[in-house]
Amino acid sequence: MSYIHGFGAYLPERVVTNAVLASQLSCTAEWIESVSGIRERRWAGEETVADLAILAARDCLRRSGIEASRLGLLIVSSGSAERRFPGPGSTVAAALGLNGTPVIDLPLASAGSIFGLSLASQLAASYGEIMVVAAEKMSAVIQGAALDRNTAILFGDGAGAALVSSRPGRFEVLDSVLHTDGGFRDDLALDWGSPLRMNGLTVILQAARKLPAVIGEVLKRQNIPAAEVTQFVMHQANQNLITRVAKALGVDASLMFSNVSKYGNTSSASMLIAAAEWEPSPGPVVFAGFGAGFNWGALVARRE
Amino acid sequence: MRDRLLKVLQKVTTQPLNIGDEDSLFESGLLDSFALPDLVSGLEEEFSFKVPDSDLNPRKFDSIARIEAYLSEHAKV
Repeated sequence: MSYIHGFGAYLPERVVTNAVLASQLSCTAEWIESVSGIRERRWAGEETVADLAILAARDCLRRSGIEASRLGLLIVSSGSAERRFPGPGSTVAAALGLNGTPVIDLPLASAGSIFGLSLASQLAASYGEIMVVAAEKMSAVIQGAALDRNTAILFGDGAGAALVSSRPGRFEVLDSVLHTDGGFRDDLALDWGSPLRMNGLTVILQAARKLPAVIGEVLKRQNIPAAEVTQFVMHQANQNLITRVAKALGVDASLMFSNVSKYGNTSSASMLIAAAEWEPSPGPVVFAGFGAGFNWGALVARRE
Repeated sequence: MRDRLLKVLQKVTTQPLNIGDEDSLFESGLLDSFALPDLVSGLEEEFSFKVPDSDLNPRKFDSIARIEAYLSEHAKV
């Protein structure tokens, strides 16, 4: 049995509004909001992915009331890390004063949080206190080439974190399901030195099908009807997608926590940033994510 | 089959269907990324079949002709 004890987040200070981007992309701020639900996003300055991750990890440790020295495993997800290896996990571990604790980097992009959370819940019995951190500096990715209207409007920077262990805590993890379909690996990809490639039509078409399906799958395994879930927190990709998933599940859209209007799509960080701003009622809650790979998954927990 | 296909297509787009059979539904602006899942769901409902995830590829639904070809091969028409 495993539990989620707390969340943490860090968002860079600089706010980039739709109006700022619209002036560079030959579109309007209203159009950006209509196709994405996003009004503004945060862009980091000199901070690296690891810098963002460290601040979110410290916030999570503070909120969870434990010292970094108690961590038995660190899982760090990022699809926008600055170098091939080592991943940002080593830098985060060093900053937290860890010099023997194992670190796993997950270069999964948007599904990184749900994969990290699921893995942590499976590994908690062996590793004790596990910190999952997801951090992204997507502004560096989209500014690494001429701004592309299809991607530049969506992404933002930030980091989120969660603390998982086998000792009883705020959320009891009941079950999780993960999937990968490599058949679509080229529809959303970032090669070194190249611009982000995103076939938006394929991504939305697949996500609109797979997210409700995987949420339904994990709920069915636990015999929990979707109508009994008190709140859902998903990867914050796009408000239209979040609303569509609610409709497919037959639940009210108000049950889908959303902060995408403030931060945009922060890739793997988004679900944990959302969770850090989230205070669901007692009962079953669902986490879910979908991203490049395609990788997708869902986790159901019970808020006591 | 064609009439039923056009009925589904008209339901998911707000624009009139003044388009050739081979013209791209996406490039013409008739469909966007969020109308496409509605189109696929509408076709599944209308023709009582399920599009497998491996076939959820926009190219298969990019024109009236391509949709007709897909339905002929996979749906009960």
